[in-house]
Amino acid sequence: MIVMFDVQKIRKDFPILKREINGKPLVYLDNAATSQTPVQVIDCIVDYYSNYNANIHRGVHALSQEATDKYEEARKKIQRHFNAAKPHEIIFTSGTTHSINLVANGFSSLLKKGDEILVSAMEHHSNIVPWQMLAEKTGALLKVIPMNEEGGLLMEIYDELLSEKTELVFCNHISNALGTINPIAEIIQKAHQVGAVVLIDGAQAAPHLVADVQQLDVDFYTVSAHKVCGPTGQGMLYGKEEWLNKLPPYQGGGEMIAEVTFEKTTYADLPHKFEAGTPNICGGIAFGAALDYMNAIGFKAIAAYEDALLKNATKKLLEIEGLRIYGTSENKAAVISFNIEGLHPYDIGSILDKLGVAVRTGHHCAQPIMDFYKIPGTVRASFSFYNTTDEIDILVEGVKRAKNMLQ
Amino acid sequence: MKIKEIQKEIVDEFEMFEDWMQRYEYMIDLGKSLPLIDEQYKTEDNIIKGCQSKVWVHAELEEDKLVFTADSDAIITKGIIAILIRAFSKQKPKDIIEADTEFIDAIGLKEHLSPTRANGLVSMIKQLKLYAVAYQTQLN
Repeated sequence: MIVMFDVQKIRKDFPILKREINGKPLVYLDNAATSQTPVQVIDCIVDYYSNYNANIHRGVHALSQEATDKYEEARKKIQRHFNAAKPHEIIFTSGTTHSINLVANGFSSLLKKGDEILVSAMEHHSNIVPWQMLAEKTGALLKVIPMNEEGGLLMEIYDELLSEKTELVFCNHISNALGTINPIAEIIQKAHQVGAVVLIDGAQAAPHLVADVQQLDVDFYTVSAHKVCGPTGQGMLYGKEEWLNKLPPYQGGGEMIAEVTFEKTTYADLPHKFEAGTPNICGGIAFGAALDYMNAIGFKAIAAYEDALLKNATKKLLEIEGLRIYGTSENKAAVISFNIEGLHPYDIGSILDKLGVAVRTGHHCAQPIMDFYKIPGTVRASFSFYNTTDEIDILVEGVKRAKNMLQ
Repeated sequence: MKIKEIQKEIVDEFEMFEDWMQRYEYMIDLGKSLPLIDEQYKTEDNIIKGCQSKVWVHAELEEDKLVFTADSDAIITKGIIAILIRAFSKQKPKDIIEADTEFIDAIGLKEHLSPTRANGLVSMIKQLKLYAVAYQTQLN
């Protein structure tokens, strides 16, 4: 395997990777659930609370100004990273779920009975439930873009589903349960041909690749900071300026107003219209620091390295008799969902945990996918740029051991 | 035997095991060998939906004692069920209501009773207690 960067040096940036679990060195392979945090981001959080913690956008004092500058600087970093046209097209949220709910809520006043919403068959519950709620509220119809056995979307059926009634299309960039990288450029372009608006859930894509929102011409794109080495409880919503202006505010409160009387309130301009109350200031700044950290390593190098890990792990796992991988699309991120014939994923996960290997088991908040394959769940190993081939060997040995114990 | 005595017996048995491997192997054997529930009781009504594994529980009153049968689709979960049933089944409802599950910590299986595991076991214990409360009311 070609090493594009010094993994051992990178691992030193992550204090948590030195931990032992059940007396064994931690092998952290649950990166699709949350990524670990490098010391550069931890330092940024400590620096904020040690040196310039203050409320933003309203204080006349120096600390408030400093915190505001850093917060807005982070917004610009995120804007540049995703190549948004304007900084105020980046709305700080508590994460992808918040971002999606903000958009879904906004559309409840824009949709009418009979309008159609398309969502892919491989969505996370967070990209299904808000749209179901929206459909119930407005009388719009929710339709599903189906997938095939490999975990790829059936694009010819997507073509058939699209019509002038289609108002909204939702799809994830990368599936959290299967790792499939969806053809979002094509999805967006075709939706636009019928005048539909597109939201892409980028939660799983952000740690593996950089989406250029202008090139994609996407209307909304959502990301959680904790998937890209940043803190939890922080994320962003990218929205085209014209759409953000059309959507009504999501929450009322301080910060989001221009003028308030008891008769009428006028709303603040973007992005503040959608950022009611004191935000997670430190979280926003640390989100920026996390992207700085990943960009310093380089997303091209990260993608190439993770792809090598994926191929290595896939090959070794498939050597285990009775092991089946779910999600075998050509275009795939470093996520492996698998089962062993006759064994329950919970049992395999419990034994791996005893061996210090952290994987996710269950339905991964994507029950429709599990129903599709008629399975209760899978074991999911998801890799990051700080994982090593030695860790893959520990995983594979652990799975073999679990199999021997359970069969 | 009273619940406390059975629990102590289980703790003593587990002390013979040298490491987690042996404990798990024992539970897996329990999970494999025990017929825990009559197929006719594996119904939607008797199911406890954990996020990860499913658990079925059935309760019946035999004279003044409550008999539990249960099952799971995951074998380690089933092994733990076997241990719980051994401690709680064929006991008086009043004793079941008053009993605790601390012996599970003592035998090193605490993590499986954590709500974050979402394997249905926490809900199952709650269900055993609810049955006990219901039958206690009936007996009164």
